[in-house]
Amino acid sequence: MADMAAKGESPEILFWVGCAGSFDERYKRVTRAFVKILQAVDVKFAVLGPEETCTGDPARRAGNEFLFQMQAMSNIQVLNGYNVKKIVTACPHCFNTIKNEYPELGGAYEVIHHSTFLQQLIQEGKIKVEGGSFKGKKITYHDSCYLGRANNIYEAPRSVLEALDADLVEMKRCRTTGLCCGAGGAQMFKEPEKGDKDINIERAEEALATGASTIAVACPFCMTMLSDGVKGKDRENDVKVKDLAELIAESQGLQ
Amino acid sequence: MIQQALFVITLGVAIYFIRKRVLRLWANIGLGKDRVINDQPGERLSNMVLVAFGQKKMFKKFIPAILHLFIYVGFVVINLEVLEFIIDGVAGTHRIFAPYLGGFYTVLMNIFEFLALAVLLACVFFLIRRNVLKIKRFHAAELTAWPRMDANIILCTEIVLMLAILNMNAADQVLQQLHAEHYMPTGKLFLSSFLVPLYDSLSETALIVMERGAWWFHILGILAFAVYVTYSKHLHIFLAFPNTYFANLERKGQMKNMPVVTNEVKLMLGLAEANTTPPAEPGRFGARDVRDLNWNNLMAAYSCTECGRCTAECPANLTGKKLSPRKIMMDTRDRMEEIGKSLETGGPGAEDGKFLLGDYITKEEINACTSCNACVEACPVMINPLEIILELRRYVAMEESGSPASWNSMFQNIETSFAPWKFPPSDRFKWAQD
Repeated sequence: MADMAAKGESPEILFWVGCAGSFDERYKRVTRAFVKILQAVDVKFAVLGPEETCTGDPARRAGNEFLFQMQAMSNIQVLNGYNVKKIVTACPHCFNTIKNEYPELGGAYEVIHHSTFLQQLIQEGKIKVEGGSFKGKKITYHDSCYLGRANNIYEAPRSVLEALDADLVEMKRCRTTGLCCGAGGAQMFKEPEKGDKDINIERAEEALATGASTIAVACPFCMTMLSDGVKGKDRENDVKVKDLAELIAESQGLQ
Repeated sequence: MIQQALFVITLGVAIYFIRKRVLRLWANIGLGKDRVINDQPGERLSNMVLVAFGQKKMFKKFIPAILHLFIYVGFVVINLEVLEFIIDGVAGTHRIFAPYLGGFYTVLMNIFEFLALAVLLACVFFLIRRNVLKIKRFHAAELTAWPRMDANIILCTEIVLMLAILNMNAADQVLQQLHAEHYMPTGKLFLSSFLVPLYDSLSETALIVMERGAWWFHILGILAFAVYVTYSKHLHIFLAFPNTYFANLERKGQMKNMPVVTNEVKLMLGLAEANTTPPAEPGRFGARDVRDLNWNNLMAAYSCTECGRCTAECPANLTGKKLSPRKIMMDTRDRMEEIGKSLETGGPGAEDGKFLLGDYITKEEINACTSCNACVEACPVMINPLEIILELRRYVAMEESGSPASWNSMFQNIETSFAPWKFPPSDRFKWAQD
C-alpha cells in the first residue's frame, strides 16, 4: 500500500490479510490462493504489509476493551491515512470488527468478506468455472459464526460452492443453527474449559457424517479447528478442509 | 350482597399484592445502569408484533410452538371472560353480557370452551414432555427443584382452572333447564354439555353450590395465579413484549462500544485534547454485579421462561462445559431478587458482600463462551445472554487482570507484536515471498 501511495496510485480494494493469513502456515496458502485470484481477474489491490496490525477482535471478546480500542484506533489512523474506501478480507473476525465496530471509532469503510467478493466475481462473469473438476464431488460447508449468525451471510459462500458444480451437502446444524467450530470469542488463544468433548471434534464428526470429501470453510479459525478435528478422527487422508478461495483457485488451475 | 363484598375484598387484596410486586420488579430492574434505547421505533414495533405477539421464533420447533400457541391464545381470549367475571362479581349480576350479546354470546362461550379444552390438552402434553419424556433441556443442572416445580405448578394450575370453567358451564346449563332464578339462557354450550350427565340428578341447591363453587374457584384461581406469575418464570407472558421491543437491532457480531475507554485511548494516542473534561468517575469497567449491567439486561432476566433453547444450542454446553446461557439469565434474576428482598427488609441490598460474578456465575462458565451467538439466535423472546457474559469478561480482564494465562499472553503479544501470536511484525508480508 505504501508503494502505491508513494506513486500516487490508489487501489480498487485493500486486501486485509489478517494475522492468521499472515502468520499461520496453513492459512498463508489461502492468502496466496486469494491473491492469485485477484491477479487473475485483474483487480488492482494493495495490502498494508507490515503496517497491518491485529484488528483487536480477540482482545475485545476476551474482555480487554483498552487493548481492542488501541488496536482499532491505530488501524483506523493508518486506513484513513491512505484514504482507504473498500476493504476485502478472508477472515470473518476481521470482517466483523472492521465492518461493525470500527465505524463508531471513526473508521467507516465498505467491508466485504471474500466469500461475497468471490460470489460477485462469479456473478459478473469474471470468474468462469469450467470443466467441473468438482462435478459430483460431495462438499459440505461449515458456517462461520462471525459470517452467519453475526452478519447474516449464509448464501454467498454456498453460491460460490454451487458455481463449482459440486454436490453441496448440508450438515444437520447449518445456517442459523450452525454449530461453532469452538474457536470464536478468543477461544482460539486458550485451551478449552473442562468438558466431555472438544467442540471441534463434535463439529468434525458432524461434517464427516455427511460423507463429503471436502469440508469447505471461510474462516482461518474454523480452518484450524476443523483440520484438527478431522485429524483427531484419523480422516485427514481422505477428507480435506479447504477455504473457498482455494477451491476457486484450484478450479481455475491457479494452484 | 355478602358475595359481592367478599369479591371486592378479594379483588382488592390481589391488586394490593400485584401492585407491590410490580413496584419491586420495577425497582429491581432499575438497579441496572441506564441505557437510552429510542432509535428505530418502527423496526422495534415490528419485532414486538412478529416475535412476541406473532410468536415467530417459537415456530423453529413446530410441535411445542403449536401447543404453546393454544395456551397463549387461550390465555388472551379467555381473559375476556374474566372481565365478565369481575363485573359480575362486583355488581352481583350473573353473566351480565348474555342478554346484550344474545346468540353471539353463545358463540363466544363455545369458542371459550374449545380454547379451554385446547389449553387443557396442551398443558397435559407439556407435563408429559417435562416429566415423562424427560426432554434433555428440562433436566439440565440449573433446573433444580424449584424451577421444575415452578413449571409444573403453572401447568397444573392451568389445567384445574380450565376444568373449573367447563364444570361451571355444565352446572349452569342444568340450572337453566330447571329455570332457576338468575340463570338466563346461554344457548347450548357444546363441550360442557358432555359433562351435564354428572349434574343432571342433583338438586337445585346442590347445583347452585356447584356452579357458584366453580365460579369462585375459577376467579380465585385466576387472581392467585396473577399474583403467582409475578414471582415466577411465567412473567414472560408480559415481559416478552417490552423485551422484544428493546432487543438489539445491530448485527449480532457487533459488541457494544465503551465510550469511557474511547476517551482514554484518544488521550493516550494524542487524538484528543487533554482538557476535554473526562467524566468524573468512570465507574467500574465491565460488570461484577447486577448493578453494573444495564436495565435492559436485567429486564431480559425477568423475561426468561427457562425454556432452555439457548442452552440446547450452546456449543460449550453441548460438549459438557459448565457454561449454560440459561443459567446466566437465571443467576442474574436470582441475584436481583436477593438484592430486592434484602432492600425490602431494610437489609444491605447490593452491599451484602456478594456479587453476581463469583457467588453466582463462575469464571469457568464465562471463559467457555465462544461468542457464537447460538443462544441469542435461539431465544424465542430475543434475550441476549452473550452481552452479560462479555460484560463479566470485561470486568475480569480490566479490573482484575484475572483472565486465563493464555489470554494474558495473547494480550501481551498484541501489545508487543501487534498480533495474537508471537511473530515479528516485520514478517507480516512473508506469505508473499514463500
